[in-house]
Amino acid sequence: MKRTHRANLALVAGTAVVAMVVAACGSSGTSTPSSSPSAAASSSSAALTASAPGITATTITIGSHQPLTGVAAPGYDEIAPSSNAYFQYVNAHGGIYGRKIVYKYLNDQYNPAITSSVVHQLVLQDNVYAIFNGLGTPTHLAVAPFLNAQKVPDVFVASGCECWNSPAKWPYTYGWQLDYIREGKILGQYIEQHFKGKKIGYFYQDDEFGMDGIKGLGYEIPKSQVVAKESYNPANINVGPQVAALKAAGAQVVISFSVPAFTALLQLTSLKLKFAPQLAVSDVGSDPITLGGLLASFGKSKKLSALTTGIITDGYLPSLGSSNSWITLFKKIHAQYIPKLPFDGNVAYGLAAGYTFVQAMFKAGRNPTRQDLLNAINGGLPQGPSVAPYAYSATDHNGITGAYIAIIKNGVLVQKGPVLVTDTTATGAITPYTTPQPPAPASGIPAP
Amino acid sequence: MTLARHTGAAVLVAAVLLVLTVRLGPFRDYQIAELAAYVTAVAGLTYLIGLSGQISIGHGAFMAIGAYAAALLLLHLHWPLEAVFAASALAGAAAGGIIGVAAARLRGPYLAGATLMLAVALPSLADKYAGVLGGDQGLSVSISTPAFLGVSFPPTRWLAWITCAAALITLVLLANLGRSRIGRSWRALRDNEIAASLSGLNVARMQILAFVISSACAGLGGALFAVVTDIVSPGAFTLALSISLLTAAILGGLGSLAGAVWGSLVLVFVPTYVQDVATSHGLSSAASSNVPIAAYGVVLILVMLAFPSGIQGGLRRLLGPVAPAASAPFNLLRRHSPASEHQEEGTQ
Repeated sequence: MKRTHRANLALVAGTAVVAMVVAACGSSGTSTPSSSPSAAASSSSAALTASAPGITATTITIGSHQPLTGVAAPGYDEIAPSSNAYFQYVNAHGGIYGRKIVYKYLNDQYNPAITSSVVHQLVLQDNVYAIFNGLGTPTHLAVAPFLNAQKVPDVFVASGCECWNSPAKWPYTYGWQLDYIREGKILGQYIEQHFKGKKIGYFYQDDEFGMDGIKGLGYEIPKSQVVAKESYNPANINVGPQVAALKAAGAQVVISFSVPAFTALLQLTSLKLKFAPQLAVSDVGSDPITLGGLLASFGKSKKLSALTTGIITDGYLPSLGSSNSWITLFKKIHAQYIPKLPFDGNVAYGLAAGYTFVQAMFKAGRNPTRQDLLNAINGGLPQGPSVAPYAYSATDHNGITGAYIAIIKNGVLVQKGPVLVTDTTATGAITPYTTPQPPAPASGIPAP
Repeated sequence: MTLARHTGAAVLVAAVLLVLTVRLGPFRDYQIAELAAYVTAVAGLTYLIGLSGQISIGHGAFMAIGAYAAALLLLHLHWPLEAVFAASALAGAAAGGIIGVAAARLRGPYLAGATLMLAVALPSLADKYAGVLGGDQGLSVSISTPAFLGVSFPPTRWLAWITCAAALITLVLLANLGRSRIGRSWRALRDNEIAASLSGLNVARMQILAFVISSACAGLGGALFAVVTDIVSPGAFTLALSISLLTAAILGGLGSLAGAVWGSLVLVFVPTYVQDVATSHGLSSAASSNVPIAAYGVVLILVMLAFPSGIQGGLRRLLGPVAPAASAPFNLLRRHSPASEHQEEGTQ
């Protein structure tokens, strides 16, 4: 008996040691080009150098965390491949000052613990220049402090949380899409104007995404009109109690700040409970093609995809059904690089975010340091694929500032009224933005 | 004597770890820290199942309790890290004590069901009390590297040091406990509750104690997990976490601390490794993101086919004399009540 004990003990110790050695052998021996504080100002003829971590003479490596499997994956898993398609397009047309973009996006399953792990890998092991378009509010909140501590540019987060606009606390973090407060205000004003005196119910994700949206709605819709506020947790797919409560409160209009899967669950559960309010859904949860697909597959009937018709939503990118020059460009790149994905709002989103990154990189210069990228964005970016201009400045890290109201009809957004822009304050006016959107460059690539 | 031997082994491992953390890159240090957090939780679970013969499918919940305790203490009271870890273990132990009282009355699938419920229900408390617990986005946890190490000291190395220290201390304490009177009593009641109580053991008390100790480990593991990932949020403590802890314990070999290390290694390294391989072989993102899940399943099936008593059990069989108790826990999992166990043995 005694010998067995000793043998066991030796094994415990031995295992731990072997385990660590195994871990060591797995480590990739990539040497990291250290960032040299080289002169940022570079003339057009300067040689391409490894001016920052993740930048070599031939490549710019960036990383991202994305939900490629799990509850947030439907629809959102198309975003990173679409951004990557745009980068491939740029790479095939001369790259950024000759450098090719290498985009490494890892699956975090929309689980903040995994987000932390994969972002540590991207920054510490893969040595990326920047984290681009990391997706999700709870997930990205897990890594924003780390990225700022490591001084890694954290650009164009794929979430409309107003929290990304904290230049004092997080100087390296930038939002991109229309933030949920502005979006809530714009949607709220429309509902307030078109459904006067009707009973309104809220359905929202229980995190900053939902709360910011509710905050914006609250700036426009009087409290007395709101009869129910029901939140859901993305980890729990049973929304029966929430829908029953909305029905019991007699809501005639339901405004939903939800991801696509939960918009679909809301609709199917409403159908089951014979509850048919007018639905208004925030842009992130209303892409008609994603939603239609989800409704058809969750409800096991193709006919259910028609349920998207009549939903009120908003759009900050041109409607996919329009003849806008950006949509023409996006369709071309989609057909060439990612023909297997449906051409939907997520694809347009990924392409547009990719375009914005390329815009910023051109502006950052030939041999950019990480600080050069921040300086480029802080100096403001010209309006691109979005219908409203960006807010970027040294003191404002919000992105797109406005959207148009739209009603979904036969799977496309039909624009109602002008583009509206506003700010994130309770009293800030919502005003039409009448300057026409600049057309897409003929080459499809932003001018340096 | 045993204590000295275990401590000696731990010091040896600590020295190796020290060298590794200095020699390896910052991301490996991060992974070692992740590993240490899992090892701490899995070690407790493997003792609960393998030694005391109770099952828990809800250990992620105890990790959540420890993690939230750590986050709250760090955020509001700014306690020193050692105290935070100790308090998290205590919080886990207290919760384990409460569940343990119920668990001592439940057997087999009923106990599994009760703990499963805990894993499913507990994270939603974070939404219920969003004001204190931060709702779905959770609470952010940040620790700083102590000043005496200098400003350029890699933060992940410090993370690896503190988590490994906590994990090693836990392992030494557990190893001693396993060799003590308590460990022997657990084995006795695992193998036959009736015989154990006839020999004068208080079965219920020993079972509750096993739950308390195991959930203390989970609580500490949760606190380590919180400092490693910088955040505590309900999304991190899903049922999937509880299941993967259980998987790690079984894969490694139930009842064995070395097995806990093996199982945690599979948990931490297989997914990243497989995804890297899949991506570098040019698989599309849709395919490569699903490959780790498939690989995990394949590893599970292979280990269970080749080494039914886990990796550690398999190694023992390959390398050394057969340990007599290696397969006992698995017999136990198949049986549901002491009565049927008794019958089986009677008919043999």
